[in-house]
Amino acid sequence: MITMIDYGASNIRSAQKAFEYIGAEVELTEDPEVVRRATKLVLPGVGAFGSGMAGLHQRNLPEAIQETVATGIPFLGICVGMQLMFDESNEMGIHQGLGLMAGKVKRFPQKLSMVNPSTSSGQVGQLSIVNEGDETQSPISNLQSLKIPHMGWNQLEPAWESPLLAGVNTGDYTYFVHSYYCDPDDATAVLAWTDYGFPFASVVQKDNVYGLQFHPEKSQTIGLQILKNFVNI
Amino acid sequence: MLAKRIIPCLDVKDGRVVKGINFVELRDAGDPVEQAKVYDHAGADELVFLDITATHEARETVIEMAKAVAEQVFIPFTVGGGIRTVDDMRDILRSGADKISINSAAVRTPELISAGAEAFGSQAIVVAIDARRVSEQLTVNSEQSDQTSQFTTHNSQFTIPKWEVYVSGGRTPTGLDAVEWAQEAERRGAGEILLTSMDGDGTQEGYDLALTKAIAEAVNIPVIASGGAGTLAHFAQALTEGGADAALAASLFHYKQMTIEEVKDYLAEQDIPVRR
Repeated sequence: MITMIDYGASNIRSAQKAFEYIGAEVELTEDPEVVRRATKLVLPGVGAFGSGMAGLHQRNLPEAIQETVATGIPFLGICVGMQLMFDESNEMGIHQGLGLMAGKVKRFPQKLSMVNPSTSSGQVGQLSIVNEGDETQSPISNLQSLKIPHMGWNQLEPAWESPLLAGVNTGDYTYFVHSYYCDPDDATAVLAWTDYGFPFASVVQKDNVYGLQFHPEKSQTIGLQILKNFVNI
Repeated sequence: MLAKRIIPCLDVKDGRVVKGINFVELRDAGDPVEQAKVYDHAGADELVFLDITATHEARETVIEMAKAVAEQVFIPFTVGGGIRTVDDMRDILRSGADKISINSAAVRTPELISAGAEAFGSQAIVVAIDARRVSEQLTVNSEQSDQTSQFTTHNSQFTIPKWEVYVSGGRTPTGLDAVEWAQEAERRGAGEILLTSMDGDGTQEGYDLALTKAIAEAVNIPVIASGGAGTLAHFAQALTEGGADAALAASLFHYKQMTIEEVKDYLAEQDIPVRR
């Protein structure tokens, strides 16, 4: 049984239907007591970080989620649901998150220069953000303009093996729609990288806490496979 | 690497597909779910449903359609046509559509773009622009022309391309400049521009590359090129020269003049990143 948290901010119907399509049973809830009884928790999400957290607080959900996750049951955050797992986001002001994983949520830079375009190194540290008017300081050939939101099909590069990504290969495409990305303090929590001008964390896992920045419910066969993997964990 | 997207468009009336794939193997060619499934399997990256029903009663059937599609098709889809209010948007997005597209209503009430973006996020708001070329012919006396300008050719005439926005299914000119309107749409919170060349639409003579390029360079949000696809090379041109992030086609795919797979194979050969 998948317990999916309905906190008002998101269109959760698609995620629910995708789980049902692969044969999982789904219960939708906004009740902290139901969350506490869950054996597998999913936090879906579309929308802004701040309104997402507000929706969770209105329903007294943050504490129930934190305590339930601490018992070790598998937890999956999807898109904004993954972002809400982190400590804080600077989307329209500074907002505190659920703190299930250490790190911050940051906006994609409009322009950046690549010092090291390699995506396989597993490092995000080589990125330098170029502010308006600073273009002359960087070789123009290294300047890249990023369209925001990052929208469309992009590739996964798994960093290590986890049951969540069983059957997923380097280069497989999933569907992304987001303007902010997660920057975990612990780079080993990054289960897969995706390149959008620089490598960012598209899948994270720390023990029983899993996060997907893309929408598995919109990522066709690969997305359904990943959801199936989570159901089977 | 972010892939360029290939998007088939389906016209829907009273919840039924009226311009879609004419496959004999389809039990019900009018069923949006069946059509969507076929395109999903064929490798479509996204789908656009354009509701051409004009009446208000049709809203309910569009909502039902979005629900049915979302239950069985797991790629993103956009619903456009006849959306006039934030409530209309909410109904469709809640039913499982990922984006809504607005066209005439956005021109009449530009605040609708901002209101939608605020309520649902920019990523859910596509502004569709139907543009027609209204180029101005300028005559230049070459002896007097600035020798350093880019127009220092022997031609005495050149064209400044301009495009005007049309609404109401391309019937009504608005006086709006397409490039400026695209910029305003972005400023107001649109997450994507679905750009249709009225001159190219239905001709199969190629996308309007100058239009596509002008808009793609003027905004920092994704642009979907539409109108005029007829050959494999047309798709490649729109995505390279035109600078589009996605290319949309309707009849070409419906009448099986080419398959999405053929388009993607061709694009991959040209080193254009596509999902296969």
